[in-house]
Order: sequence, then structure tokens, then C-alpha cells
Amino acid sequence: MLGLTKKDFTLFMVVLAMVALAPFILNPFPQGSSLAQMFNAGYPDLMQRFVIFGILVIGFNILFGLTGYLSFGHAAFLGVGSYSAVWMFKLLGMNVIPGILLSMVVAGIFALAIGYVSLRRSGIYFSILTLAFAQMSYNLAYSVLGNPTSNFNLTNGETGLQLLLTDPRVLGQSTTADGSLPVTNFFGIAMRDSYELRLGDWLFTFNAGYYLCGIIMLISFYISIRIFRSPFGMMLRAVKSNQQRMNYTGLNTKPYTLAAFVISGIYAGLAGGLLSSMDPLAGAERMHWTASGEIVIMAILGGVGTLIGPILGAGFNEYFKNILSKINDGVLHQWLGFLPDGVEDFLVTIIHPFVGKGWHLTLGLLFMVVIIFLPGGLVEGGKRLGRMIFGNPKRSTAEAEADAAEQRNTAAE
Amino acid sequence: MDQIILQFLNGLDKGSAYALIALGLTLIFGTLGVVNFAHGALFMIGAFCAVTLQRILTLSTIVEDPTKTDFLGNPAKISTPYVESWFGPEVGATLIDWSVPLAILFAIPIMVAIGFIMERGLIKHFYKRPHADQILVTFGLAIVLQEVIKAFYGANPIPTGAPEAFRGSFDFGVLIGFDPNAIIYPYWRMVYFAFAAVIIGAVFAFLQFTTFGMVVRAGMADRETVGLLGINIDRRFTIMFGIAAAVAGLAGVMYAPINSPNYHMGMDFLVLSFVVVVVGGMGSLPGAVLAGFLLGILEAFASMNEVKAIVPGIDQIIIYVVAIIIILARPRGLMGRRGVMEE
Amino acid sequence: MGILEVKNVGKRFGGLQALGDVNLSIAENSVHAIIGPNGAGKSTLLNCLVGKLIPDTGSVLFDGQSVLGRKPYEINQMGISRVFQTPEIFGDLTVMENMMIPCFAKRDGSFGLNAMTNMLNDRDIVNRAEHMLEEMNMVDKRHMHSASLSRGDKRRLEIGMCLSQEPRLLLLDEPTAGMARADTNNTIDLLKQIKDERDITIAIIEHDMHVVFSLAERITVLAQGTPLVEDTPDNIKGHPKVREAYLGETQAA
Repeated sequence: MLGLTKKDFTLFMVVLAMVALAPFILNPFPQGSSLAQMFNAGYPDLMQRFVIFGILVIGFNILFGLTGYLSFGHAAFLGVGSYSAVWMFKLLGMNVIPGILLSMVVAGIFALAIGYVSLRRSGIYFSILTLAFAQMSYNLAYSVLGNPTSNFNLTNGETGLQLLLTDPRVLGQSTTADGSLPVTNFFGIAMRDSYELRLGDWLFTFNAGYYLCGIIMLISFYISIRIFRSPFGMMLRAVKSNQQRMNYTGLNTKPYTLAAFVISGIYAGLAGGLLSSMDPLAGAERMHWTASGEIVIMAILGGVGTLIGPILGAGFNEYFKNILSKINDGVLHQWLGFLPDGVEDFLVTIIHPFVGKGWHLTLGLLFMVVIIFLPGGLVEGGKRLGRMIFGNPKRSTAEAEADAAEQRNTAAE
Repeated sequence: MDQIILQFLNGLDKGSAYALIALGLTLIFGTLGVVNFAHGALFMIGAFCAVTLQRILTLSTIVEDPTKTDFLGNPAKISTPYVESWFGPEVGATLIDWSVPLAILFAIPIMVAIGFIMERGLIKHFYKRPHADQILVTFGLAIVLQEVIKAFYGANPIPTGAPEAFRGSFDFGVLIGFDPNAIIYPYWRMVYFAFAAVIIGAVFAFLQFTTFGMVVRAGMADRETVGLLGINIDRRFTIMFGIAAAVAGLAGVMYAPINSPNYHMGMDFLVLSFVVVVVGGMGSLPGAVLAGFLLGILEAFASMNEVKAIVPGIDQIIIYVVAIIIILARPRGLMGRRGVMEE
Repeated sequence: MGILEVKNVGKRFGGLQALGDVNLSIAENSVHAIIGPNGAGKSTLLNCLVGKLIPDTGSVLFDGQSVLGRKPYEINQMGISRVFQTPEIFGDLTVMENMMIPCFAKRDGSFGLNAMTNMLNDRDIVNRAEHMLEEMNMVDKRHMHSASLSRGDKRRLEIGMCLSQEPRLLLLDEPTAGMARADTNNTIDLLKQIKDERDITIAIIEHDMHVVFSLAERITVLAQGTPLVEDTPDNIKGHPKVREAYLGETQAA
């Protein structure tokens, strides 16, 4: 179906169902309950982040998962995409489509230039070069190209690039009738429009922007499946496996890796464009190298080189970031209130550094644990769990790999 | 002319920091074959060693002084650092004043211990894993270390002063025949440069003139062969890791007065130190030192107003631009050897 | 005029003259062996032929065209395939995928952005790869990860991959190094079969005299970076210079 094998198609349909039903899935608790405050995630901005970062990591996985080239500078493309889209909203109009298209084009050109230089080296050198490029882009965006007093203020520096009432917007209006900024829209459907469905105590929000991002993520996901199963995808895996053999088989590795780099750069630009489309504000911090590191973390958490891993990793990271940062001492005391006071205070003191503003620490530890013990990420964890519960524990990884390979080597219908 | 000398001097202290971090990175890379993304965190921990010692020394008892009252009429509370009550006010005050240099003694065992624990507890298990995994696990460790520091010391920079004697500036210009105040250079930066020179010299001397260093150098050149000679290279490499950690830590200790320690200073320096290592040539110790000073000085020159007037913002990106040009022209870096990291 | 003409090739590494003044002509559809003691420059010569090294002097012509300065992949696309001393295959990929990659390289050239078709729907390539697997007797192993193959099977796979490109010149670098006797004999049989069934020129670098004398039609003896003598196997066997060069190494069988 759709040029996919049965298994891939099933996977795609599962993801499609998850995206479509996310407002339900992510809001399991009735509105206003304390559990809802903590664990519900069905808010438009959060759901948008799930799918947008999903796109970003899907793209990153095409590079890192297939070719093994670890880019530490992917946030640069995200940032470039964000700025491009905002400029489109400033100059052209508030329809998101031109902004998204431009963000992809600009990020693609950017990736071509950076990739051309960085891919002269492989391994650690490549990682460091991409890191340096990203940090240079950050510096450019933060100060060099963002001086509000100069005539060439591309990024507006520290404040970030934002819409102004004086922007031309040649195809739209500079200001709305009531003198405020116009909102981003998709041919008239405002991105922030939501339909709220009340079922008993439950409140479900269906946001236009989320569904636009969701559809784009599904398309991105579909394309990534096709790439994984294509001759091109196989060549990328061959690059990871043995570059020497590639060269002596008459294959030029350079354009393959460059193409993968550009494709994943375009994905990142698309994600940046979507971020700006949902909230037309672009800041340099999106390009900081810690942001690049977070992309790597999401990819690893999910499972590198797998199809579904990036989506899981992005969702997991965003969800837990959201929950952990909401837990403060008050919440902890409430949760542990049933314990004797001394124990309660002690536990709160112990847990305190790991939650609230300390969520970075928890994610950092989790990341290390995954790398050390579970290099395949959540996908491998799920498989191991499944094997423990249902399967034959003696089944070796080699067999599992052979299975995966057979799955790969089954022709599409 | 005076401007040029001034910028040259300004570049020295930052260049010293780059050189020291890059030196440690290269030592670890050359001996263990691991790119240590947590190396910046070691620099940062070093700086916080200085903060910690200062805090320990200023730990105070609070006594009520019945002879004085505060504005509410209560007896005034006077806090006296323990060291002052133990060693007498003058010695105590001197100790507190000199807490940053003293922190060197304090930091060496701590940094070496951290280095040992890192290598034996974590990095050792990653020698046979792909390079990407090594990068990732040390990156994770860097995040964890900086977040731990943040949890203990907060997110704000902590000013940590140099000893009173070094706080002023030195009119360098007068010495070489320029007008007074033309070339003013803070004393502490001179101390930092001298300190860095001593450390770098010590590391090179250690590698050059001791048997231990000879084995390590041989191991850097060809690990397998040295292993075949029946020399326990792994233990030496662990010690080397401890030394590299100490070098980074000391660089951090002494940098505390120049740049108030904050939890992300390690990451900030790490990115540039990587660039330094790449420019110098992966695996080349002299290359790391040379490139460190070169880029530090270059950065200082680029931040001159005259230069910025021609190319605005060049100071922010000069290091990267130079690095890219060098990589394009000389992929192995300034002093890189063939066959390092070329699979 | 042979299919491969090496003229006055010299290569120096620092103070070491690895290749002196090598002249070599390999006739089309022949099996030509290059032998010599360790350090004679065999591998250096081979690397000069495939673009890994560029000689300091001289010229290398393949089918009348110079290969010097070309990248390994370009030289491969001209029709020279290389088998390595330790089998170089795509260990993370399955046997079938390993075999498909050279088929793609042969048909689509050195780069193809073929990102939207399912590779297994490409009947042309699948048939070619399957055909070659049959010929190599590896059909039953098609779904195996190639890293888990035995040494002998890895070698077969590598040779199969090279052959699926239909090269005009096949270069073999000690193809039986480190192999057990049985595997060595299998490899010899395979190479004999290839030589009989195809229009292909084979150049082989080998230590094992058994292999050399089972296969080669002409032999060049290399010593200290220069060709000592070139002749038929029978003449080489009794050649005094060869015996001298090999004294203490391997007695010519």
C-alpha cells in the first residue's frame, strides 16, 4: 500500500492514528484534576512541539541513523528555518505556506554549504566541524547579523526576530482592522484556532496549527520510510558500514553523504519554519549548540536508525521535560505528604535537584544510562521488554537482526 | 603599535586557557583515542574548586559583640571566619585573600581523583565502542556535571577575586618606552600566562624526559606495538587521564578571577577548544598549544575597534572562519600527522 | 599492447624507494601473477593501479587511458575491480544487499539519488543479484548479515560482488591469505571457473606459490621495488634469480 510493505504500512497507520487522536491520548485525566495538571499534555503548544520535533529528529535520523555521521550542529538549520519563515511573515504575508517553503529552501542551501566543508572529514572531525559551524551561526545570529542599529539587521540579536506593525506584508495587511498584529494562517485558517470538545469532565482541544504540523509530520515520516527502503537508503547504510568497499565498488561516497546531510538539513529547516508558523518569533537560542545536543539526545533516546525511534524520542523528551519542569517542592510535599515529616523533608531534598529547574540533570542522567546500557534506545528497550514478557528469551540479537533484514528485503506491494 | 602590543597581550590569557584545555584534550585523544566532550566540564569544575575553597576559608562563626549595637538596638552580630580565629586575624585574612592560588593545591587531588573515576568508571568501557558512542557518553556526562554544579552553586556567576597584590594593572608600556597608560595589563593575566607556560612546560618535560612519558609518547604513536612489548599501557593511560584532568582543572582554578565561574563556562570553552585542536592538528601536542595561543591572539586582534569598523562582528566569528579556512587548505591541521583519525 | 600498461612507475616514501622503475604489461584475458618477497612493493604497486596512491613517476594506462590522478571509484567505473587481502564487504548489510550494491553501481554509475523507489521492486537489479548469488552458491545465505559469514564465504561474496560489476580487470590482493587449506582450494576452484567462463583479465598478488602456479599464465617477480623477471610459470620455477630472491623466504615450489 502506498508503495510500502505491509509492515511499514501498518507502522505508518499506527503513527497516523496516534497523530490524529493525540488530543485524546494526551489528555487522559479530567480537566482541573491534579493529575491533569501534571500529566495531561494535550495542549496545543505542547502537541505542536511533539510533532515539530518529531520532524526534526526524523530528518536527523536520516543522516545519523543511516550514514553514521554524527552532526552536532543541526540546530543551526532549525534556527535558519525559523528566521526565514518569520521574514516571510514580515515581508509577504501571514500565510504559513510561503514561510515554510522558504525555510526549507534556505536551510537546504545552508546545509549544502556547511555539508560541503564538513564532509571533507569523517568521524570525530565531522562532529567537531558541524559543532563549530553551528556555534558560528549562533554567534552570527546573536550579535553580528542582529545589531538593531545597523541597516543589515537580519536576526534582531538578543531580542529575537518578531513581527512589527510596520512590516510591509505586501500580500497581506500590516495591521488588522483593530490595529493589532495579524495572525499566521493556512489559507484563512488561523493557526491558533482551536475547537474544544467537552465530554463530561474532560476537555479536548483540537488545534488547527497542530493538525497542520501533524499532517506535515506524517508526510515527512512517509518520505523517510521510502528513503529507508530505497536504493539510496541502502547506499547510505553502506557508507556507514564500509566506505572503502564503497569506493572500490565505483561509488562516490561524497554526494551520498552530502545528499543525506542536505535532506536532513531541509527537515530541520522545515521544523524551524513550523515553529515560527505556530509562534512567529525566532531567537538565536534555537541555534545554540546545546540545542543541537538536544536533537542528538532525542534521537538516541528513541533509537537511532529505526523508523519509529525519532518520533518516540522527540515525544518522550518533550513530554518528560514538560512534566519534570512542573514538579516543584510544593508538588513533592503534596505527593509525599503521607510520610512522616522527617522522611518527607528528606525525600523532597533528595529529589529536589532532579525536578523543576533541574530537569536537565534527570534527562542528562537518563541519556547516559541509555547510551551505556541501551544503545538502541526506547525501540530496543521495547523489544527487550516484549521478549521478556512474550517471547523466547533465548532468541539472540543476531536472529532479531536477521528478521529485521528479512523485513527490509521484502518487496513492497 | 601600542595597540598591537596590547591586543597581543590580551590574547595571551585567553590563548593560555585554550592551549591548556586543548592540551588535555589532545593528551586524552592521543592516548586513549577518545574525544572527551566532558573536558570543558573539568575546566569548569576546576574554577569551582577555587570558589569552594574560598567558601570554606570564609566559613565564619557568628558571635555577638556586646559593645556594639546595630540600628535596632540589638547586640551586633560579627562574623569571624574560622581561619581568622584559629590562625589570628592577619594570617587568616591572608589565607582568604590568597584562596585562588591556594586552590591549586586543593584542586590537584580533586581533579586527579575525578579523572581516575571518570576513566575507570565510565570511559574505559567505551574503548571498543564506536567513536559516536564515546562522544555521546562524554557529552551526557558533561551535561550531568554542569547540572550538578548548577544545583549546588546556582546559575549565577560567582565573583572570585585574585589576591589583593595582583588586583591592579601593570603599566607595561612605560617599560618598553611608550607613554604611560598606553599599554595597561592586569597583573593577574600576567600571572595566568606565566602559570600556563609553566604547566605546559611541565607537561612537555614530563613527556620528554621521563620513562613514563616516553612510553606514553610511544603509545600515542603506535598503541598496539607498545602493548606487544608487554608494557601495561592501560594503567599509564589512566594516569595520563588524571593528569589531563588536573591540567584542565588548574586552568579553571586560575581562570576564576578573570571570568567569574558559572556552570556553563566549560561548554563555552569546550567548543572553542575543539576548534583549537582541529586547527592544531588532531593528536599533536605542540599543535594544540600553538593553535591555542594563535587563535586567542587572533580573537583579541579581531576585537579591536579598528578591525570591527571594517568588518563588523568579526571578533565573534574569527576563530571559526580561520578554522574553516585551515581545514579546507590543510585538512590535517597545522601540525597534524598523517593517519590520525583517518579511517 | 596489454589491457594494463605500467610504464616506468616509481614511488618513494620518505627515504624508502618502494617502487623503482616498474614496467609491466598485462595481456587481455590472461591471468597474471605478481609475486615477490615481503617488502618487494607488491601492495604499493597495486595501490598505484587502483588510485589509492599516486606514483611519483611513470604512467599507468588501462585500455589506453591513464588512471593516474583518478579517484578509486572512477577507476572502478572504468572496469577495474579489486578484491582485498581481508575481505572488504558491507558487514552491517545482508548478503543480498551486499550483492545489490555493485549491481546498482554498474547500472546507475557512481551516484544515483534514487530515494523514492523500493529497492526490491527493481526487478532488473534483484535478478542480477540473485543470479550472482546462485553462481556463488550463496542463495540460502541471502538474508544473513554478511559480518556473520565464515571467512571463506566472505571471500566468495566479495569476489561475487566484484564480478557482478562485470569488470574487465579483476585485481586480487592475496585472496587466500589466512585461509585454511580447504577454503584456499575452494577459492582456487572458483577463480579457475571464473577464468574459464568469462572474458576477464585477472591480476593476482600472492604469497602462496600453490595458488600462483595453479592459476597464473604469466608471472612477474618483484624484488626491492623492481621487476626481476617476467615469464611463464614453468620458466619461473627454475629461474636462478627467482630462487635467489626467495632464498630464506619461500622455496619456489
